[in-house]
Amino acid sequence: MWRFIGFRTLQAIPVIFAVITITFFLVRAAPGGPFSSEKAVSEQVKAALEAQFQLDLPPHEQYLAYLTDLIKGDFGPSFNFPGRSVNELIFQGLPVTAELGFYALLIAVVVGTLSGVIASLKPNSLQDYIPMSFAMVGICMPSFLLGPTLVLVFSIWLGWLPVSGWGSIPGDKILPSITLGAMYAAYIARLSRAGMLEVLSQDYLRTARAKGLPEYKVIIKHALRGGLIPVVAFLGPAFAGLLSGSFVVETVFQVPGLGRFYIQAAFNRDYTMILGTTVFLATLIVLFNLLSDVLAAWLNPRLRYQFRK
Amino acid sequence: MSNQTTQIENIDAMPKGVSLWDDAWIRLKKNKLAMVGLCFLIFMMIVCLMAPLLTPYGYEEQDLRLGASAPSVTHWLGTDTFGRDMLTRILYGGRVSLMVGFIATSVALLIGVTYGAIAGYAGGKVDALMMRLVDIIYALPFMIFIVLLMVVFGRNLLLLFLAIGAVEWLVMARIVRGQIQNLKQQEFVEAAISLGLSPGAIIRKHLIPNALGPIIVYTTLTIPNVMLLEAFLSFLGLGIQPPQSSWGLLISYGVESMEEYPWLLIFPGLALTLTLFALNFMGDGLRDALDPKASRD
Repeated sequence: MWRFIGFRTLQAIPVIFAVITITFFLVRAAPGGPFSSEKAVSEQVKAALEAQFQLDLPPHEQYLAYLTDLIKGDFGPSFNFPGRSVNELIFQGLPVTAELGFYALLIAVVVGTLSGVIASLKPNSLQDYIPMSFAMVGICMPSFLLGPTLVLVFSIWLGWLPVSGWGSIPGDKILPSITLGAMYAAYIARLSRAGMLEVLSQDYLRTARAKGLPEYKVIIKHALRGGLIPVVAFLGPAFAGLLSGSFVVETVFQVPGLGRFYIQAAFNRDYTMILGTTVFLATLIVLFNLLSDVLAAWLNPRLRYQFRK
Repeated sequence: MSNQTTQIENIDAMPKGVSLWDDAWIRLKKNKLAMVGLCFLIFMMIVCLMAPLLTPYGYEEQDLRLGASAPSVTHWLGTDTFGRDMLTRILYGGRVSLMVGFIATSVALLIGVTYGAIAGYAGGKVDALMMRLVDIIYALPFMIFIVLLMVVFGRNLLLLFLAIGAVEWLVMARIVRGQIQNLKQQEFVEAAISLGLSPGAIIRKHLIPNALGPIIVYTTLTIPNVMLLEAFLSFLGLGIQPPQSSWGLLISYGVESMEEYPWLLIFPGLALTLTLFALNFMGDGLRDALDPKASRD
């Protein structure tokens, strides 16, 4: 197990490094400097600005300087918000996005596994078809369509819930969380149904029944552990999807989170902000992938063996 | 002698053998959802392609006196705030959405199949190195990179194809590699090698045709992903740019005025969702028909 964790951690480091490097040079390669859009600036001011953001150094030195700052946990100053650092902006948006992501993931996992498991217990019956049809809708209806549709129905036509916002009116967190979580609930439902179907036909479950365990115990204690492994392995990619999904959901519902900052930074060409947020989000995703792999290996010992040679 | 000829004639007269493809087609025809999906897709492609012949309105043709009007006899799906016919706009938007779906998937297909075939055929260290690279790229958070790419290099269509295609080839490469690895050990490949065929020819003429089933299945399942990605980017304003249009872009316009004119959101939304439905059903059906062993997830 420790060997597995060590191996996967070693694998994550070059990925994070690649992310930093690619992002850094992509942003540097962008046509037009960060200050070229502003009105004619005198040479001295421009030089001073460039010196402040270390743009006067040759590229490899800029890169090294950025790396050194990163190791210290410093993402540098923001181009667009003078006097504020990227760190400040990230940590202003992070709690909001984390909360939204948490609710969404909770909805996805609870609704997804429940409906998947229920569907798997009676395959090819109504109990299977109904949740799986909803899952298909969830997969085919992207969040930027689902969100506005929910707003149209529940806020505008029925008037039950607020149209947008986050934490100012009671109930305004419900729709964004559902919108973000729906697609992952759908995927998880399909995965857990398939995983359970595979496990339910195996011998060790027959043994569990044969020794007289009641059916609910067979399902909960024996089947779930094996059947939900695909779901656990999916949590990493799901987390990545939730983060990029938050770009849309936060824009639609005007939630002041990291995703909206990112899109704003993208439109404002706030390069340090884009760079910082990309590196931050990407690292987060890589770490979460690592975590979900370790969790899956803990549940399924077979996965560990490929690293024992 | 004459006996032999009659035998051969008899062979000609015998019912034609059922090939893998005939068999798959028979199975696919039994799957109602997949067939409905297929018909809907063909219908959608024809209508979108023939859009200029089907609607009397131009795509940019405004009728400002009309403004946003609800669906009516003259404008079946209503008009937008500039009085442009929504049906026309959805059909033209569908051209772009479908085109992005197919072209970007082709890019992914081309890269993925070539890469996977080479890795699978070469085996050994080359294979290990190539697949490790795929693992590393796979771990990169791509959605964020695509947003970044569109921001940095401006929003042109060609780049969009390349960017989306570059993301989606990884799984294809893995699938093809696995297939080729299995096929490579079979006798007909050994026969081809001993006949002196070059590796390129073996891959093209013998290996890939035999791996077509899974390739087709995965391609069908990639198209909806690609279309979603395009719509996602267009919705954020990072994909297709006006005056061109796509379903994602139409949806983002629809959201702006959905309170007063809900049909501006509902119809493009339906077009996108139904097409994705059709593609997914067809992909699932094809998987069951061509690749019965593959697990359904």
